[in-house]
Amino acid sequence: MHELSIANGIVEICAERARDARVIRVRLEIGQLSAVMPDAVRFCFDVCARNTVLEGAALEIVETPGRALCRDCGHEVALVQLVGRCVCGSAKLRVIAGEELRIREMEVA
Amino acid sequence: MCTTCGCSDKQDVSYTMPGAHTHSPDGHAHNHDHAHSHDHDHDHGHSHDHSHGHTDPRAALHAGMHGRTVVLEQEILAKNQALAERNRGWFEGREVLALNLMSSPGSGKTSLLERTIRALRDEMRIYVVEGDQATSNDAERIRATGCAVIQVNTGTGCHLEADMLARGMQQLKPPPGSLVLIENVGNLVCPALFDLGERAKVVVVSVTEGEDKPIKYPHMFRACRLMLINKIDLLPHVRFDVDRCIAYAREVNPDIEVLRVSAETGEGIEAWYQWLRHELVGQQPADHAV
Repeated sequence: MHELSIANGIVEICAERARDARVIRVRLEIGQLSAVMPDAVRFCFDVCARNTVLEGAALEIVETPGRALCRDCGHEVALVQLVGRCVCGSAKLRVIAGEELRIREMEVA
Repeated sequence: MCTTCGCSDKQDVSYTMPGAHTHSPDGHAHNHDHAHSHDHDHDHGHSHDHSHGHTDPRAALHAGMHGRTVVLEQEILAKNQALAERNRGWFEGREVLALNLMSSPGSGKTSLLERTIRALRDEMRIYVVEGDQATSNDAERIRATGCAVIQVNTGTGCHLEADMLARGMQQLKPPPGSLVLIENVGNLVCPALFDLGERAKVVVVSVTEGEDKPIKYPHMFRACRLMLINKIDLLPHVRFDVDRCIAYAREVNPDIEVLRVSAETGEGIEAWYQWLRHELVGQQPADHAV
């Protein structure tokens, strides 16, 4: 449940930037290869937001698909998990997208 | 809740030095405020006030009805990452070798540490950080070897974070040139995400587990520089294909180094000691990999 730490981090960052304003909505970007489950973040977020300026805020999550470059042939490969192979057969992949874990924006009252 | 540093979520984290009388300092001391860089206080450019997504009419309507959109574009783990880099600098400045040992529960991390300390204590100064959700059982085992150790109990936390290591180092005070072995909470998922500022991450997998652990938990094996296959003395009694395990690990992390050891009998363990010696003097490890 590292999602609890993640959710705490989100609340902490947003509360700091919102100062005393109430936060209505938070938009996150979570890569599909980030090992972070959006549903678990949603669950934890509501818990962590309690008694803060984020209480009741809506959480929007944009999921970014995984992509990698083959270290052998340079081909770009789509990844749904960290383990994968290039069409050339190589497993030597360098992930270039899908590991994002970012707060894009928030809306304050 | 302290919204500045958010440390209320760490209220249940405790630090214990077995045998010392200075244990459990105020778990909520706000004396670490230097660590959160507040340099972003003034960077919220409000130039985006009028830019709320005109391409998306719904967003514009939504924003108009409710409030003001503030673009953050901030990494959620940035604070841990910043603290980890601070730890890394602290270690480098003192030429301290810090290693983050991770595995599932029961793979033999503590036994490996006990044996390592007993074998190497005359040639290197070793300090240990024990991470567990509860109890100081592992720290007591390490302390029995005569090694300085601090137990970090993470409470509900499933992994160590960089600020916990920083707090641990404040108490443990490892001298220049020493080796700090960090035994993370037994868990192959969460610790992989949280950089502590260590020189290298080491994963321990034992032959009583499934050989497919590397592809089941790819984040962990990808983050690690070295994989120790432990309990190899039990190989005759278990169905564990070492070669396949290594192949899986290399599929996830083509550069991972591998050593086969038994913390129980000492088989293969010399290669691990050699790896530590080479790392400690800052050299590239010799070709001990399988």
